[in-house]
Amino acid sequence: MDYAKIADISELKGQIVVARRTVYVYQAPVRIWHWVNAACLTVLFITGYLIAWPPGSLGGEASAHYQMGYIRFAHFAAGQTLAVFFLMRFVWAFFGNAASKQLFWVPVWKKNFWDGLWNEAKWYAFAVKFPRQYVGHNPLAHLMMFFVFTLGTVFMICTGFALYSQGAGEDSLWAKLFGWVFLIFPNSQDVHTYHHLGLWVLCIFAAIHVYAAVREDIMSRQSMISSMISGERQFRDDKV
Amino acid sequence: MSATETFYDVIRRQGITRRNFSKFCSLTAASMGLGATGASQVAHALETNPRVPVIWMHGLECTCCSESFIRSAHPLVKDVVLSMISLDYDDTIMAAAGHQADAILQETRQKYKGKFILAVEGNPPLNEDGMFCIDGGRPFVEKLKEMAADAMAVIAWGSCASWGCVQAAKPNPTHAVPIDKVITDKPIIKVPGCPPIAEVMTGVITFVNTFGRLPELDRQGRPLMFYSQRIHDKCYRRPHFDAGQFVEEWDDENARKGFCLYKMGCKGPTTYNACSTVRWNDGVSFPIQSGHGCIGCSEDGFWDKGPFYERLSNIHQFGIEANADKIGIAATAAVVGAMAIHAGITAVGRLRANGKPHDTPPSAPQK
Repeated sequence: MDYAKIADISELKGQIVVARRTVYVYQAPVRIWHWVNAACLTVLFITGYLIAWPPGSLGGEASAHYQMGYIRFAHFAAGQTLAVFFLMRFVWAFFGNAASKQLFWVPVWKKNFWDGLWNEAKWYAFAVKFPRQYVGHNPLAHLMMFFVFTLGTVFMICTGFALYSQGAGEDSLWAKLFGWVFLIFPNSQDVHTYHHLGLWVLCIFAAIHVYAAVREDIMSRQSMISSMISGERQFRDDKV
Repeated sequence: MSATETFYDVIRRQGITRRNFSKFCSLTAASMGLGATGASQVAHALETNPRVPVIWMHGLECTCCSESFIRSAHPLVKDVVLSMISLDYDDTIMAAAGHQADAILQETRQKYKGKFILAVEGNPPLNEDGMFCIDGGRPFVEKLKEMAADAMAVIAWGSCASWGCVQAAKPNPTHAVPIDKVITDKPIIKVPGCPPIAEVMTGVITFVNTFGRLPELDRQGRPLMFYSQRIHDKCYRRPHFDAGQFVEEWDDENARKGFCLYKMGCKGPTTYNACSTVRWNDGVSFPIQSGHGCIGCSEDGFWDKGPFYERLSNIHQFGIEANADKIGIAATAAVVGAMAIHAGITAVGRLRANGKPHDTPPSAPQK
């Protein structure tokens, strides 16, 4: 690339142009999973809320409508899609790069991790001027991803399929796979309650996730949002 | 009360014909959902098996299980009590009292060791060494353990014996526990409900008496033939649920039309029982048919899963009136507010630094 020429153009605007390093970090299966998961979660939030608080009653004959049926179908379909993609995402962790494994473990035994976590906390508390740069998740994000997203999603998948098995029947595959949930919560009303609470946990996670991604994209001198589209993370240091 | 007398002997003595006996066997087999050979199996069992001695004990309870039981229509409770089983002890309805009654317990224990069925209505309180339920001068829990040790199987009548019910609801001052917390070495059939349906109770007894074994139970110990489906699964108002037609207020037009009671807090979707199929009082009605939502009386800890009239249960750890939505919306609002403040501080910092050249970051990318 002709840097001299670019420098000429930028000089016209009074800006400095530098060469920037990029690292290929999010492989295609991770990116596809990320956006499918985001779409499923959106459908699940909306339909899940509507299952607890159905829209206003419809008039006329029952045979003329299937409103609750469609809402529940959308919820079940999105839930099953999410579960299948989550399972594939887990399998991919065995084949993908180091960043693809971060969702499923936290290196709590490494001093480096706690040191980085403390630094990241200070960065969010405006106590340090620069965040450290990471190829994958920073330690704080790593921690949140595992404990809130991964464990939260596993909880929602287990309770969700357990609730689904109630309609599918005692002798269904779902009851055999997820019926153990009712040994922990013998009254399935509790499973409804905690599944609904889980909706809000993941909703808050999504809000923080979007905020942090946008803010880090602007502030942390490394790309975030476009990385989940192209897979490449760009480090925006003036000096390399 | 001879030990060798069979059900068939008893009913023939009462003047019932062989033909009517066969009819009874067919009906019973059909009601239990048995196959084509079911009727002859029932007949064979009733002709040959000696009547099973049953001891019916009462702990902390309200006797609603007994009240329900005596209203059984198929089979009639008189057939069950007088012919099918040998109800040797039931302090509420037996003629004997005091020491005479107590003597029967000991006699049955010795004479039919490992052969009698122990039916328990109510549950034992454990606090203060069981002093909250004294029966014949002794804590009920001691008597219960003693009788259970020699029983063939145990039937837990109602939600008290199965889950704890009202006396075990928070804060449970007497520390009442379901019977499976004190009887751990015997098979227990849980027949929950407050009370259980009469036909379900007699149906369970008929099954055990006929086949000499326990019916197939689910993970939580309930007979699958009566507790494998939710009220919601067989509710006659289910089409209104699927259509999205709900009662919004108790006195609205939708209530008059018999729409689904889901929004009024009906616990049908989380309650395993046979009300929507067997119904009550010889099949006359059940709560939802009478316009009131199910309160989930056959489910574990149903008193603490209230309110009865709201879809979402309260979560008491977060205040007495909190539910998943109130907690979730408050937490989301707090987080979004915190993010807005954080973003504001970030923006102010950026504006103040504007115009100055970028500092050099301290470190290179890290693994």
